[in-house]
Amino acid sequence: MLTTILFYVFSAVLVGAALGVVLSRNPVHAALCLVLAFFNSAALWLLLEAEFLGIVLVLVYVGAVMVLFLFVVMMLDINVAQLREGFTRYAPLGAMVALLMIGEIVYAVWFRQLGVNLAGSAPALAPGSNTAALGELLYSKYMLPSELASVVLLVAIVAAIVLTLRRRPNLKQQDINAQVAVRSIDRVRIMKVDSVTRS
Amino acid sequence: MIGLPHFLVLAGVLFSIAVAGIFLNRKNLIVLLMCIELMLLAVNFNFVAFSRFFGDLDGQIFVFFILTVAAAESAIGLAILVVLFRERRGIDVESLNRLRG
Amino acid sequence: MYIAVVLAPLIASILAGLLGRVIGRVGAHSVTILGVAVSFVLSALIFKGQAFDGQPPFNGAVYTWLVSDGITMQIGFLIDHLTTLMMVVVTFVSLMVHIYTIGYMHDDPGYQRFFAYISLFTFAMLMLVMSNNFLQLFFGWEAVGLVSYLLIGFWYTRPTAIFANMKAFLVNRVGDFGFVLGIAGIVYLTGSLDYQTVFGMKQAMAQHSFALFEGQPFNAMTVICICLFIGAMGKSAQVPLHVWLPDSMEGPTPISALIHAATMVTAGIFMVARMSPLFELSDTARSFVLIIGATTALFMGFLGIVNNDIKRVVAYSTLSQLGYMTVALGVSAYGAGIFHLMTHAFFKALLFLAAGSVIMAMHHEQDMRQMGGLRKYLPITYATSLIGSLALIGFPGFSGFFSKDALIEAVGESHLNGAGYAYFCVLAGVFVTALYSFRMIFMTFHGPERMDQHTREHLHESPWVVTVPLILLAIPSVLIGWVTVGPLLFGGYFDGAIVVAPEHDVLKEMGANFEGPVQFILEAFRAPALYLAAAGVLSAYVLYLVKPEMPAKIRARVEPLYRVLDNKYGFDWFNEHVIAAGSRSLGKLFWTIGDETLIDGALVNGSARAVEWTSALVRHVQSGYLYHYAFAMIMGLAALLAYLLFHT
Repeated sequence: MLTTILFYVFSAVLVGAALGVVLSRNPVHAALCLVLAFFNSAALWLLLEAEFLGIVLVLVYVGAVMVLFLFVVMMLDINVAQLREGFTRYAPLGAMVALLMIGEIVYAVWFRQLGVNLAGSAPALAPGSNTAALGELLYSKYMLPSELASVVLLVAIVAAIVLTLRRRPNLKQQDINAQVAVRSIDRVRIMKVDSVTRS
Repeated sequence: MIGLPHFLVLAGVLFSIAVAGIFLNRKNLIVLLMCIELMLLAVNFNFVAFSRFFGDLDGQIFVFFILTVAAAESAIGLAILVVLFRERRGIDVESLNRLRG
Repeated sequence: MYIAVVLAPLIASILAGLLGRVIGRVGAHSVTILGVAVSFVLSALIFKGQAFDGQPPFNGAVYTWLVSDGITMQIGFLIDHLTTLMMVVVTFVSLMVHIYTIGYMHDDPGYQRFFAYISLFTFAMLMLVMSNNFLQLFFGWEAVGLVSYLLIGFWYTRPTAIFANMKAFLVNRVGDFGFVLGIAGIVYLTGSLDYQTVFGMKQAMAQHSFALFEGQPFNAMTVICICLFIGAMGKSAQVPLHVWLPDSMEGPTPISALIHAATMVTAGIFMVARMSPLFELSDTARSFVLIIGATTALFMGFLGIVNNDIKRVVAYSTLSQLGYMTVALGVSAYGAGIFHLMTHAFFKALLFLAAGSVIMAMHHEQDMRQMGGLRKYLPITYATSLIGSLALIGFPGFSGFFSKDALIEAVGESHLNGAGYAYFCVLAGVFVTALYSFRMIFMTFHGPERMDQHTREHLHESPWVVTVPLILLAIPSVLIGWVTVGPLLFGGYFDGAIVVAPEHDVLKEMGANFEGPVQFILEAFRAPALYLAAAGVLSAYVLYLVKPEMPAKIRARVEPLYRVLDNKYGFDWFNEHVIAAGSRSLGKLFWTIGDETLIDGALVNGSARAVEWTSALVRHVQSGYLYHYAFAMIMGLAALLAYLLFHT
């Protein structure tokens, strides 16, 4: 009973947040709505007893990705009015498309049951931590894919840095290469100076 | 009693909203990226729900990888966005027409 | 040894052809004559070995060219009695013609080229007769056709020669088409090109049938044999594919003798005789052969009566005689056909070479109306051509007599459909043959001298290189019949090489009361053929010597008939105006509609235009706007989902 109430509450908030992402005028609001949506999703995943993923969603998405979004949105000076041009004109069409999709999905899932019987309660979980189970699976069966995923993340880091790196022409910096590679003759000049005799 | 169909319908609604969002916010690149995050979230919802109701943890592993790749994707997407903004002083999708055929 | 027979002329031909300038005229004719002489001597040895020493026939492959899908294509030789006979005849006549050419082509700038060609021809003809499979037969068949084409157009600066060789080429293609179809049919049914294998499966082949038209099955053997015979019709100039042969007289006379009288045109006869195991199984095909042959024999003879060109008269005579041979094949008297082929090779080569000798003496004048009384200027030529003509009309004791008389009698014995018509044709043909032969003799060598003063002063007998071959050919023309009539026709010489079903073996019936050549001659006095020939000679004598004004009167009396004959029954007109014009306009139709409109317009430019047009349309879809693509994707997704939901 409690889960049912929680499900509907979280779902309602989730859908509302999603609508906020799509409809809000200000990108900052949209990003904040997205954060709300992620929080609700995490809660729903906890209902599904996927604790690890729920936590990860909050940590990674809310903590990292969405903060990144917010930074970018705030750093960039965006002309919001210009970007919302044509919004009202396309709103009916967009709504229609969305309703069509929702209708079809609901029909497929709810009434057709995807061709199989989806009803039935979830099986009981094995005792023990969800995180431990996932970790075991990840480091045995999915060893190589997880290594690959780490490579993907590394590449993403490098790419993001390279993309945004820029050189300012009149910035005073150390040139460490040049400092290391310097030789004594570049810096020190030995001159022969005639001796002067004082009488 | 909350069953699998409930979660699937919820994911479908989420996905459809994101689709409509792409369609509506046709100029704002940053909102487009957010809509893509929403769509991925909907997909992840499906994975988690199926994984739970079929009693198979492999689905959650998939979600884990999707999260990884989506994080990478949004990082790069935002980086591109920043570069684009520097170039064009704006993030209007319509100005991304240098490659137009 | 068998390979040497074939290769000697080929090597000689290559030497004379490619190194003609280096080895010079004397070198060219020496090397080619040597090559053919080697070939002749070897052929004679092989002949002796097989005919007298009882060596078994040889059948074996020399070289496997390729094997494709179970069909082996190879070069191989089948040397049996039939082949050896052909080899001796071909190489002997070829040798004579080589020698004769030294005199005839003496002043021609293409001297070496000519020798190269005729040696090459000898090679090709030997390949044809010695082959043991259909592929090599076809190779030889086409190779002789090629050389024939080259030689008819030997004087390539003359427009008429070019026209004639083009005509020969095209008409032969029609025949070859049938021939290839026949071979294809055989390969289709037996999966083999080898004679031995094919003949071994003949009964199985005869069981099959082809539905050429819907629901109208034809016996496979009949179809194949008629197809093969169409090939023979092209090569051996049978009606209606005969039109090229008279025109081929544009070529130099030696090749008219060698190719268009003695050897190449008889390739069709040889081929049918070689295929006798197949032809024996189809009465329909043999009836077809018989009727075509009989028609050719009689109606081509008529044309010889009205023509005034000495070479063309001989050419029509060749056509007529080829018809006789074909008739013999039709009634299953293959032995008689080959026998006539052999005697004809000698006396017709002789007649052609004699005609060439006359033409040389007359400074390349070929019109008989400008000749007359040449007997005293050209005694040797006169004597030899008289011998040739007597052999041709079948004067008792001469070679042609034996072969032709046996042939006519065989036709009389036959019960095949059309044999009655054929018998009438060949008998009437005897009269016609005698008439035109002696018309030619009388107009050329007797009567008043009609040539101009200048020519008359220069008349003299031809040099020895011309007369010696004439004499050498005259000897077998007279004698060959005496020695060969017994073994070739009735003595079982061809046993094993030619297969005749016992129920229509007419030669065997005749052989029952054969008791030697002398008796055979005496027997002839009881048959109508001899008297018909005599009547022909007599008519010629009366018409062209005693009352020379009569032919003109007769011609005036039967003007329409004469015009038909003068137009050669309109075959040329038909070909020119119906077939050639028809195919030209058909070609033009295909060109404008098929090529320009359909292929160029619709396919080549059309596809380009279609691409341009559709891309102009599709370009609007490729707007470059992200939301357009997103919209398309979503609509596609929705449509796909809808399809899956509502239609499955």
